Amino acid sequence: MGFFLEVLIGGLLVGVLYSLVALGFVLIFKASGVFNFAQGAMVLLAALCLVRMIEWLPKWFGLDNPALVIVLAALISGVMMVGVAVIIERLVLRPLVNQEGIILFMATLGVAYFVEGAGQSIFGSNVYTLNLGIPKDPVFLFENLFEGGVLVNEFDIWSAIAAGILVVGLALFFQYTRTGRALRAVADDHQAAQSVGIPLNRIWVIVWTVAGIVALVAGAVWGSKLSVQFSIALLALKALPVLILGGFTSVPGAIIGGLIIGAGEKLSEVFIGPLVGGGIEIWFAYGLALVFLLFRPQGLFGEKIIERV
Amino acid sequence: MAAPVKTVGDVLLKVENISLSFGAVKAITDVSFEIREHEILAIIGPNGAGKSSMLNCINGFYHPQEGAVTYRGLKRHDVDPHEAASRGIARTFQNIALFKGMTTLDNIMTGRNLKMKRGLFWQALWAGPAIAEEIEHRRKVEDIIDFLEIQSVRKVPVGRLPYGLQKRVELGRALAAEPTLLLLDEPMAGMNLEEKQDMCRFILDVNDEFGTTICLIEHDMGVVMDISDRVVVLDYGRKIADGAPDVVRKDQAVIDAYLGVQH
Repeated sequence: MGFFLEVLIGGLLVGVLYSLVALGFVLIFKASGVFNFAQGAMVLLAALCLVRMIEWLPKWFGLDNPALVIVLAALISGVMMVGVAVIIERLVLRPLVNQEGIILFMATLGVAYFVEGAGQSIFGSNVYTLNLGIPKDPVFLFENLFEGGVLVNEFDIWSAIAAGILVVGLALFFQYTRTGRALRAVADDHQAAQSVGIPLNRIWVIVWTVAGIVALVAGAVWGSKLSVQFSIALLALKALPVLILGGFTSVPGAIIGGLIIGAGEKLSEVFIGPLVGGGIEIWFAYGLALVFLLFRPQGLFGEKIIERV
Repeated sequence: MAAPVKTVGDVLLKVENISLSFGAVKAITDVSFEIREHEILAIIGPNGAGKSSMLNCINGFYHPQEGAVTYRGLKRHDVDPHEAASRGIARTFQNIALFKGMTTLDNIMTGRNLKMKRGLFWQALWAGPAIAEEIEHRRKVEDIIDFLEIQSVRKVPVGRLPYGLQKRVELGRALAAEPTLLLLDEPMAGMNLEEKQDMCRFILDVNDEFGTTICLIEHDMGVVMDISDRVVVLDYGRKIADGAPDVVRKDQAVIDAYLGVQH
């Protein structure tokens, strides 16, 4: 039992990270109907900027307080993501307004390549170790309940807490503020939103900014775990099954989808893997997504699209 | 607000020689007319006459190839929808364009978007000034909900409401902006007699009590003759008549357009 819990919790904590990446997709998809292929690239860019700033700031300005350096680096990365949002809106989205979804999708493919390339030219393309000063020691939980307790990584717990705060904050912002209401309105009907005076361009900048900040958090967490390298951009692929599971339009769906996939792949690897020779973890998510596509294409929480004829 | 005696005032909006085409299809050809302060103007015409396109030109969804729209003294060739909304033009749509996943209350609150000034900063903190502002605007929205008699569906997602109520919520969202000029695209389409009577009452009340100028498109001739002060008739994208309901009704060109004379 203790071992099962250990695998489950480990899986859920990984799942939180999948949720973070998927969340960026959902935000943009809801507000502009665009499947943003560049989300993975934005995670990479944010992580690269963060890790290099932490390295460069002490050299440039002789700062020696590590906490201050990390905060400054995070601020600079955040400002850069705002800049990226403004540039994408101005150069890509605005000229393509009212085009088909597939055209916007193709445009984000281009954005993805550009962001990956630009990020690596500016910040370098090596593998960088990111240290945010959060302890990565293994800790034992529930020691009084089970013999030996449950082994988890302290860093994973902190990142799950950070992700949780981010998600709750976003949910409250969307539900209870004027801008949140405007974002939901734009997601529902572009023309009607314009008729009540909601400026589409500004809303898009805000959405891409929020997605950029989410990418920064995801990049910081993934970067600390796996170190910052190009393969982070491929995380976007792991977010796809999460989205299919949770539904493309649902914020809670992205979170629960991520948790299910994180826990599912770890549990199946440990308990079913040995029966079939292992390696399930790699394709489990995609297999599950396929099943969902066959039987529940709108996902767990997505809106069912009913066409009246 | 005390109901003033109905007096039609100066020209509020002037449409001058507007021509609009989509590729080879001419939607509107050289149409001009005026909307005066405080009047109810109806635009009528057979299907495909260019009525909805006309409204879209006025609030900036379409940009006519020729002609200009002068609203409150400002002449524009390309109206911007955001500018139109911020200068007091609100509208409803032929095929209800509500935010379906949101509640009645939230839908109408979006109508107050332009009146709310607190920046992202206060909103993100959900602090003092932003809360005070929400409460203040919520009060105005509750007034509109009372006025339209939709208290019972305040918290219901509008996608679940019956058609007639959705039309009413859409009117509410337009009213929430406290518009100077209200554009209504077939506000009574698909309604039964009782719902139509309610809607007529609301339109007349808005016009009386708030002094809002109204430009509406409607197919029900009984309604048009009853509530409008003046009627503009479009046919095949051209204006064929413009005048008081009684005059327009007897106009030969209008009768021909509706009965279908060979063109």
